[in-house]
Amino acid sequence: MSGIIEIIFAEFNYWIYVTLMMIGFYAMIAKKNLIKKVIGANIFQTAIFLFYISLAEVKGGTAPILLHGHDGADAAHKAVSEVIYVNPLPHVLILTAIVVAVSTTAVALALIIKIYEEYGSLEEDVILAYRRQLQPEFSEHARQKQEGEQ
Amino acid sequence: MIWILDITLLLFLVVCAIAAISIKDLLSAVIILSAYSLIMAIVWVEMQSVDVGFTEAAVGAGITTVLFIATLARTEGRSED
Repeated sequence: MSGIIEIIFAEFNYWIYVTLMMIGFYAMIAKKNLIKKVIGANIFQTAIFLFYISLAEVKGGTAPILLHGHDGADAAHKAVSEVIYVNPLPHVLILTAIVVAVSTTAVALALIIKIYEEYGSLEEDVILAYRRQLQPEFSEHARQKQEGEQ
Repeated sequence: MIWILDITLLLFLVVCAIAAISIKDLLSAVIILSAYSLIMAIVWVEMQSVDVGFTEAAVGAGITTVLFIATLARTEGRSED
């Protein structure tokens, strides 16, 4: 029993990261509302960021900011070699990824506004039903193509 | 890293994520997503990655929420699921 608790709490960040990723994935697949899908995508992205930041962590490390770097060669050498820092490389990767995440969200929301202007609804099933009603020959063509493949 | 604070914040993160995707009022869902981003920023500052933390607080909790609310103002605020 204590072994299981140790396994769970030793890598707790990773358990949470997988849980959040699955919550976001579920929202992207199962929710019919388009805004809910974008919220799910946001949760999925931040879960991946959490994984990278957890990867960078060093036990007992401080923030990767160089102090006393300009106080002469001895002090600078001491600041680099004697202080433990967390790994700054994943931080830089994620800094870029956050900006990309915001721009993808902005594009998705712009498309949602256009879809709402066209169809008057944000529900996926309503939009699909409207499309089928609008273009019956389109869905008929798709059905025939599917039957032909079989 | 204070482990009890870390575990509390991470569990609260999961609660916020589930609330954000299951609530029917979309404006409430967006505000809960903003709270989720803010907790994520606190987790990152606590994990010694300060630059990512304040970028997330400004961009994730700030600009994303503004974009979502602007979209909701032009569309409808109710969801079926």
